[in-house]
Amino acid sequence: MQKELKKYFPFFCLVTVAAFAVAFFIPFCMGIYLSFTEFTTVTNAKWVGLENYVKAFTANREFLDALWFTVRFTVVSVVSINVFAFSLALLLTRGIRGTNLFRTVFFMPNLIGGIVLGYIWQLILNGVLARFQVTLTFDPRYGFWGLVVLMNWQLIGYMMIIYIAGLQNIPTDLLEAAKVDGASPWVTLRKITIPMVMPSITICTFLTLTNSFKLFDQNVALTNGAPSKKTAMLALDIYNTFYGRSGWAGVGQAKAVIFFILVAGIALLQLWLTRRKEVEN
Amino acid sequence: MKKLSKTLALFMALFMIALAGCGSGNTASGSSGSSSGGAKEIFFLNFKPEIASIYEEIAKEYEAETGVKVKVVTAASGTYEQTLTSEIAKSDPPTIFQINGPVGYQNWKDYCADLSGTPLYEALSDKSLAVTEGEGVYGIPYVVEGYGIIYNNAIMEKYFALPDKAVSISSAQEINNFAALKAVVEDMTVKKDQLGIQGVFASTSLNMGDQWRWQTHLANLPMYYEFAENEAYDNTILAGLASETIQFKYGPNFQNIFDLYINNSITPKTMLGSKTTSESMAEFALGQVAMVQNGNWAWAEISETEGNVVKAEDIRYLPIYTGMPGEESQGLCVGTENYLAINSQVSAEKQQASVDFLTWLFSSEKGKDYVTNKLGFIAPFTTFEEDERPSDPLAREVLNWTEKDGVSSVPWAFASFPSEEFKNQFGNALLEYAQGSMDWAGVTQTVKDAWASEYAAAHS
Repeated sequence: MQKELKKYFPFFCLVTVAAFAVAFFIPFCMGIYLSFTEFTTVTNAKWVGLENYVKAFTANREFLDALWFTVRFTVVSVVSINVFAFSLALLLTRGIRGTNLFRTVFFMPNLIGGIVLGYIWQLILNGVLARFQVTLTFDPRYGFWGLVVLMNWQLIGYMMIIYIAGLQNIPTDLLEAAKVDGASPWVTLRKITIPMVMPSITICTFLTLTNSFKLFDQNVALTNGAPSKKTAMLALDIYNTFYGRSGWAGVGQAKAVIFFILVAGIALLQLWLTRRKEVEN
Repeated sequence: MKKLSKTLALFMALFMIALAGCGSGNTASGSSGSSSGGAKEIFFLNFKPEIASIYEEIAKEYEAETGVKVKVVTAASGTYEQTLTSEIAKSDPPTIFQINGPVGYQNWKDYCADLSGTPLYEALSDKSLAVTEGEGVYGIPYVVEGYGIIYNNAIMEKYFALPDKAVSISSAQEINNFAALKAVVEDMTVKKDQLGIQGVFASTSLNMGDQWRWQTHLANLPMYYEFAENEAYDNTILAGLASETIQFKYGPNFQNIFDLYINNSITPKTMLGSKTTSESMAEFALGQVAMVQNGNWAWAEISETEGNVVKAEDIRYLPIYTGMPGEESQGLCVGTENYLAINSQVSAEKQQASVDFLTWLFSSEKGKDYVTNKLGFIAPFTTFEEDERPSDPLAREVLNWTEKDGVSSVPWAFASFPSEEFKNQFGNALLEYAQGSMDWAGVTQTVKDAWASEYAAAHS
């Protein structure tokens, strides 16, 4: 059977491999190549070596500022989303009346697209801030916390579902044994619940981390970087460099390659760190 | 069992190949369908979303008349460069596109065909308006536009009829310098309840992407006066293009008018960051304010606003006065940043078909009718007669101002601004100034630094 499968491998995988190559692999390689060139359209590019990479960091501070903003945002939102989502999951596995309704309600925001959410929250937050005669763009801190609120609202429901699945997988005999042994709820949580849902924590941290780091739609819709690009995250900065400035497409491409390496590196590191804590069932 | 799975596998594989074959077959026939016609189809990438539907009509009309299909694609507001970048890289690229002047030409150089000798260039009433390099002509303007302060004369008449007005003049036409404008505006703000308005000026829209009325249009005035002092050039755009640095010498004049806008506005200064151009046009159309700075393209937006109370005969223009000496003879800012270019990388037949379409649009009776009455363009071609002028009140006002004795229009010197990035940094600084997180010295410094660094980046 194995041999048989091997024989037909090309037949079965050809289409998928072709699709993968066309939609991902070829553009990806072209993207890396273009980051070393100066171009207006992708078909006529001029090789310039590492110049784009140098320019990305030295021409102005925008990329570094955006990186710093993104890092701060990611740290805050990863912690807050996971804490809230886990707490909600704990609450909604207690058999409270209306559990299903609550789960649905919390999950709903995740079904709305980022741009739409961004504009909705822009209206809400500006409406609240109008009482103080300011807007979201008044201070970069408003934009920052606006984004944190928005991301929490959007992602908590999704993460909650993953945590609920994890919590329901914990064998009840373990919990009962703990109860019989007289463990307090706090000790049960720390010594049994959390180690047992470690796979969920791995996946949730991974999702929130990469989602926050790569955030674009919500950023564009909510503040679009205002004031003075102080709330622009990495993806938005790359977009603005690529499209907003003539002759800078190559620099935008170089930033995008750096961005890819950063996201991949951080995600792998995080997976390795949380995987170590997982226990075998 | 084994045999069955083998046949099944083979069958599935064949099925997939068939599917894949179908897929590629479809795309191949699709693309050949659009290109096999050669000059039977041209592609116009439209810059102005507000008149997209009219271009569709024109395309239908032209196809009915000549059999040449005109594909019209419109870029969403503020995304023309992005759209052009991606469309032009495709296998069926736009044959007619737009550049915004000499600066845009630098970026699209490789794609702009030489248009000298085309009937369109021959018909251009003022040949100096075209984008040229050496002997070649690469961009032809197709519309002349003007902007200034639009005011609602009904409200102004109401004000000048007040018994306790604080100014001695008796009509808005008599305002001919900044001091007079300031006196009137500030007094109107005091009496706004009597006038039934919520502010004199519509919101100074400083939302990202809606800052162009200030960082481009308003900024034109101080820059124009600065470049006009450069005696090496008799054209302010060329003088601007040659300026490595600027002094922003007339920044205080810019501040004069900008302060007047934000201090007498319907919206508190700190709230301007979320306002858009459409919102300010709506405020004007609903009669909540008396004045708004914009160009003649805004008429459609005003007249189509639900609940519009501004009558066509009450629409007037005032030049943007900034407190420059001798500004009594300053007119509206009149110019263009819409140049048609033909893609030099498509086949010669397609280039020719594109030229033919444009010639038809700007010189045939039917085409001209569309241009003046539907598109509302003030077209700078000799093919247009005196009586073939746009009917909308703002365009008429622009023409009135350009023909007024003793008044000269201000050209669009902003065509020489080094990049979009310069304008954005300028706009961001204005937002911070309006919100109070930056002082005027900071704005001045930002503008100077941004010019110097963007000029350097564009010429490296």
